[in-house]
Amino acid sequence: MLEPHVALPEFDYVKPATLLEACQFLADHPGEARPLLGGTDIFVRMRDGHWHDKYLVDIKGLDGTDDIRFDKQQGLTIGAAVNMNRIIASDQVAATYPLLVQAAKSVASYQLRSRATIVGNICNASPAGDTIGACLAYRGELTIHSLDGERQVPLESFFKGPGKTDLKPGEVVSAIRLPIPPAGAVGRYMKLGRNKLGDLAIVGVTALGYPQPETASGYAFRLALCAVAPTPLRAAEAEAKLAGEPITEATIQAAANLAMQACSPIDDVRGGADYRRLMVRNLTRRAVSKVWNQLA
Amino acid sequence: MSAHKITFTINGVAETLTVPSHMTLLQLLREQLAYTGTKNGCAAGECGACTVLLNGEPVNSCMVLAPEVDGADLVTVEGLATDSQLDPIQQAILETGGVQCGFCTPGILISSRALLDRNPDPSEDEIREALLGNLCRCTGYFRIIEAVQQAARMPATVEV
Repeated sequence: MLEPHVALPEFDYVKPATLLEACQFLADHPGEARPLLGGTDIFVRMRDGHWHDKYLVDIKGLDGTDDIRFDKQQGLTIGAAVNMNRIIASDQVAATYPLLVQAAKSVASYQLRSRATIVGNICNASPAGDTIGACLAYRGELTIHSLDGERQVPLESFFKGPGKTDLKPGEVVSAIRLPIPPAGAVGRYMKLGRNKLGDLAIVGVTALGYPQPETASGYAFRLALCAVAPTPLRAAEAEAKLAGEPITEATIQAAANLAMQACSPIDDVRGGADYRRLMVRNLTRRAVSKVWNQLA
Repeated sequence: MSAHKITFTINGVAETLTVPSHMTLLQLLREQLAYTGTKNGCAAGECGACTVLLNGEPVNSCMVLAPEVDGADLVTVEGLATDSQLDPIQQAILETGGVQCGFCTPGILISSRALLDRNPDPSEDEIREALLGNLCRCTGYFRIIEAVQQAARMPATVEV
């Protein structure tokens, strides 16, 4: 298990000319073909013998999957093949979606991020995906291509379980769109790993807060938790707490407790379930406090 | 299993080869082309021993498929020196003692070169961040960091 396997098992690399061709191939080979972006998760799983795909269908460079587009109405559209270093280096992304940049910077190493993509991180559907919390907090929406055309799916309803998504055979995620964030939004990603940088998250807490005159507190928060449930999740009750009462240290503490109750972590090599629950509470308190200090 | 005809340049030399689908760039380099400066460490994108430049950006060559480099420009550690002249980062790492067993060194040199190309005057934190994906079990990193700092102060091309 710990021996390095340099060789990958045999498969066919397929390079279609268009997204439509990619969808056709995927539809013709259900259960045997997988879309390929950076491959940073796929190759590890293939080498470890967990995945046995007969075909990898490369969708890099097809029909705009390499593009980052920004528009004052539509917001930011990130093509599926855009690697994380491009997100980090983009002045436009840093100016409008700094939380996404912060999350992307916490992923592995520079050379892995020159391959790894945001859309790949999402489609891999790991509960620990570092950039998923930011995409949830920004209310991301996926564009999914198939032979029947295109459909849009809110990211929040995309995850069905660890490694499981709403994607059907013949479907490909071609982009994620992040709407313009609410005015005055401040975000923070708190990641607990075994070391300061680069490792997978034991617990990840994402908080985005913004002024919202319609709520009792005058503010609204979006909280996303990762690595503590079968899928990345929003902590809806904690969010309601922060909207429903004047924000004080006690409110933040109560919201942190609600976030802890919302998660259902497992024991694994990185940490125990009880430890993770406590860390969700502590990191939620810290993330919300930091955001609150910047907002107020 | 399909075969793919690919054309690319490596250290400035054009190559055309036929490769199987599941061959990695690392295997292409070491086993087909005998560029054995690039090392195989973890084969999981963690250790950075196999780092090479793909179109100017560092990648773990164990995590790239050979068919994916069709049309690409590749640089390995063998491409850093020109004629008998070492790259400043190679010179600096020799002088600071940032090499012990040497297994991680090719990857460290490539990641450092890429850092200096995008940021000619990096801070210590920026150096640490850029080398996060290159594990070294001998040196304790301090002399490697010193080497990058020294290379940043050296002229880009060394006089013959």
